[in-house]
Amino acid sequence: MTTAFQRIYTKLEGITKATVSLHAKGVVAEELATVAGRLAQVVKINGDLITLQIFAGTEGIATNAEVVFFGEPPTLNVSDDLAGRFFNAYGQPIDGGPEVEGEKREIGGPSVNPFRRKQPSQLIATGIAGIDLNNTLVSGQKIPFFADPDQPYNQVMADVALRAKVDKIILGGMGLSNDDYLYYKQVFENAGALGRIISFVNTTEQPPVERLLVPDMALTAAEYFAVDKNEKVLVLLTDMTLYADALSIVSNRMDQIPSKDSMPGSLYSDLAKLYEKAVQLPDGGSITIIAVTTLSGGDITHAIPDNTGYITEGQLFLRTDSDTGKVIVDPFRSLSRLKQLVIGKATRNDHPQVMNAAVRLYADAANAKTKLENGFDLSDYDRRALEFAKDYSQNILSIDINIDITEMLDRTWKLFAKYFSKAETAIKQEIADQYWTK
Amino acid sequence: MTKTRGKVVGIIANLITVQVNGAVAQNEICHIDLKGVKLMAEVIKVVGDKAYVQVFESSRGLSVGCEVEFEQHMLEATLGPGILSRNYDGLQHNLEIMEGVFLQRGDYTAPLNYQQQYRFTPIANLGDKVQAASWLGEVPEGWLSHKIMVPFSFEGNYTVKWLAAPGDYTIEEKIAVLTDENGSEHPVTMVQKWPVKKAITAYKEKPRPNRVMETGVRVIDTFNPIAEGGTGFIPGPFGCGKTVMQHAISKQADADIIIMAACGERANEVVEIFTEFPRLDDPRTGRKLMERTTIICNTSNMPVAAREASVYTAMTIAEYYRAMGFKVLLLADSTSRWAQALREMSNRLEELPGADAFPMDLSAIISNFYARAGFVYLNNGETGSVTFIGTVSPAGGNLKEPVTESTKKAARCFYALVQNRADSKRYPAIDPVESYSKYLEYPEIISYLDEKIIEGWVSTVREARNVILRGKEAYEQINILGDDGVPMDYHVRYWKSELIDFVLLQQDAFDKIDASTPLKRQQYMLYKLMEICRQNPIFDNFEQCSVFYKDIINICRQMNYSEFESPKFKEHETALEALIHNS
Repeated sequence: MTTAFQRIYTKLEGITKATVSLHAKGVVAEELATVAGRLAQVVKINGDLITLQIFAGTEGIATNAEVVFFGEPPTLNVSDDLAGRFFNAYGQPIDGGPEVEGEKREIGGPSVNPFRRKQPSQLIATGIAGIDLNNTLVSGQKIPFFADPDQPYNQVMADVALRAKVDKIILGGMGLSNDDYLYYKQVFENAGALGRIISFVNTTEQPPVERLLVPDMALTAAEYFAVDKNEKVLVLLTDMTLYADALSIVSNRMDQIPSKDSMPGSLYSDLAKLYEKAVQLPDGGSITIIAVTTLSGGDITHAIPDNTGYITEGQLFLRTDSDTGKVIVDPFRSLSRLKQLVIGKATRNDHPQVMNAAVRLYADAANAKTKLENGFDLSDYDRRALEFAKDYSQNILSIDINIDITEMLDRTWKLFAKYFSKAETAIKQEIADQYWTK
Repeated sequence: MTKTRGKVVGIIANLITVQVNGAVAQNEICHIDLKGVKLMAEVIKVVGDKAYVQVFESSRGLSVGCEVEFEQHMLEATLGPGILSRNYDGLQHNLEIMEGVFLQRGDYTAPLNYQQQYRFTPIANLGDKVQAASWLGEVPEGWLSHKIMVPFSFEGNYTVKWLAAPGDYTIEEKIAVLTDENGSEHPVTMVQKWPVKKAITAYKEKPRPNRVMETGVRVIDTFNPIAEGGTGFIPGPFGCGKTVMQHAISKQADADIIIMAACGERANEVVEIFTEFPRLDDPRTGRKLMERTTIICNTSNMPVAAREASVYTAMTIAEYYRAMGFKVLLLADSTSRWAQALREMSNRLEELPGADAFPMDLSAIISNFYARAGFVYLNNGETGSVTFIGTVSPAGGNLKEPVTESTKKAARCFYALVQNRADSKRYPAIDPVESYSKYLEYPEIISYLDEKIIEGWVSTVREARNVILRGKEAYEQINILGDDGVPMDYHVRYWKSELIDFVLLQQDAFDKIDASTPLKRQQYMLYKLMEICRQNPIFDNFEQCSVFYKDIINICRQMNYSEFESPKFKEHETALEALIHNS
């Protein structure tokens, strides 16, 4: 990566855990450099005193280390050759293959003019009722799984990615354990899908600050396929909590005043810049983002999930249903904000009413359960609601079931008829008359 | 006077230090030259000959030595015919005419069309004494009559010396000449500029609001009405329906003009407005909704510094139309994002932080902003209003955080969206007990409602609120003591409150008919329900009680889904009567 006009310096003025500073001229904001061969980026310019953030950390860096400025921000070479390849956070191949030739693009580029966006309208089917029936996904949407670390979110994401009808799947792995990285690699290989998958991976074995580059790399590749090639692209980002942790490490070392939960005050903007790359473009291309935000102890009021929730178009919670032992997408706390654009339109007209009624009845069951636990007698209705909930969770919601949306609706009507009267479901008369199965 | 110039000497993210060669003013606008691309920035601090400026763009690629030129004015809105139906960014650049899919730095498009001609008709006469905001003439802008006014920046009294003859003019052509008290002459065109951070106060007086603005949302209109010229805010954790609520209000509110400030929120939500408003009819006028809407859009991925500017730009445009005698509704989603933009900058300036790292003067900034709303009498006796509703996104859903607390002090209506209602899909998830409208205490509003709806309206509303409150208490007791552990009366009380909850408070924003309920229909339903709530039927057991009220709820909901007073509605009404009177 050396060229004739590189500026080289060999005298550092200061070194911290993550940054070095030196006197240099002609430096531009956000440009890349190497310090003793390690990749670094300009984060602060004060006259000719430059502060560089070193992604791999400063361990062992000496004051006479060689600093080489590149004159440009981080870039990625984009072309169709990206498909099927695995890269590290810097966009260098880690699969033993050659460097990708193509057009050099700055990562973290400008935003789409909101006026040029199109309203998302294409349903992305996953076969999972907790998603398709209750929280339908739409192309151009951004949505995270809020999950505790022990939940099978990587498996669910891989399932969703492989079932979704998209042209490219781009995996951005941040702090992925080596085991999970190999899991994804193997699942994609077994599905014979490698040709439409591109991965940018930072594993836990690598320095945490490097992670900051991963989503921008993944999204720059996504924009190439969505904007230049009009393809439908699905981006998987896992785990965004580790990304945010890296942000807080950097901000801390830059002496910034932390806001809630030791996170930088700019966390919202930092996350929004990534998630808002999700877009439905006028020429048919789209970027859909499914992310993972791990929670600690299910706490969604922590700054990371909290800011995420305000940015993304809903969130999906995984939960193990204690009555059936099945992992389900929690119908209460999960939400897809864009579902209104497709349910009852791209799906059957009874979809909205069936969805709402089932969730309401499931909530009645939860209340009945509380009553039961508190030692109170159950009414006949309570007992029916409990039975319904068990059936609903076992035969519709469970993530190991893979059926299409019409089948989900039909199964739900059967359960309604089995356990309730029409009035109890409070479904609009015409709809109930049309679909009630007795 | 020559412009002050300077050179970049320091860069931290979008905070740039500039060494200047002359005078600079706080909040002055400057342009930084990045290889021929001019990046707009605003002075936010001055120390000696160093000006600290925040760039309204990414600072990527800037370097020490870049040239800076100061513009001798603050951030201004450009005001004139052609604002209506536009889609602007936070600095009032027209998004529709920008090239390409991506927003390019320094692509600053004109807010108004300088080629288009407008048909001018004078209103004032030669020799008239006029002052700032006096109407000189009018031009048609879509459906409305856009008043051409004496610029707000004109201080003191003027005399109309010359007026253009009726005819077609571009906005930069001279349409009047005014003489000031010293005899100097001042030309006036259709366009004027105004610094967005200063309130436009060219009106006679700002009385207490005395009318209600109808929104079609029952939990607002019936239980917590917002006054025309009033202020309200909607705090709520994510996923509780803030945006759906704001969109419902923007579609249905009884206002002439809607200004939507999409401040640091999701781009797809703005796209929804772009896409749907040109198609949807305004039920009150039959025109398309877009014809009364202007969007100021700084979505969360657009530059942070312009986010703060966007709410001020929106407010200035709202005040401009108020001065023409219009009822303007300004919606800002979300004011928390604006506060966060202030926090980011305060942090980079290394100011000592207040609570949660927000700047110390946050509360003052918020209340100053809310104070710009209001109902006013113009100098010519006409009225105009700016009603402001902001959303707040409290961190962690905690209503004790600084932005929510500061806003609570400034706004008169409080629409608390709560998680547990949203979880049980009781939408809109506005808490009926916590929420309030201070306007219900105004005698002028009470008598307005007596006249507009029905004598004694407010006391019936209070009675209904009481039913909800008592039902909630009963519910807590039932939960503690069990269904059998409480007297039957508790069940009755609980179910009466559920009745009001399901039929009045809950509303299906996605149903064609239920989405918007006119006041007359709200009155019908409230009185019908109160009639039921005043009865105390005797039940043998609590199951019988719950079945009775569930049946009523079911019928009433079917009524909500039917056109008011249609045959179907009447059918349900008859069934309801039979049910109530057979008990």
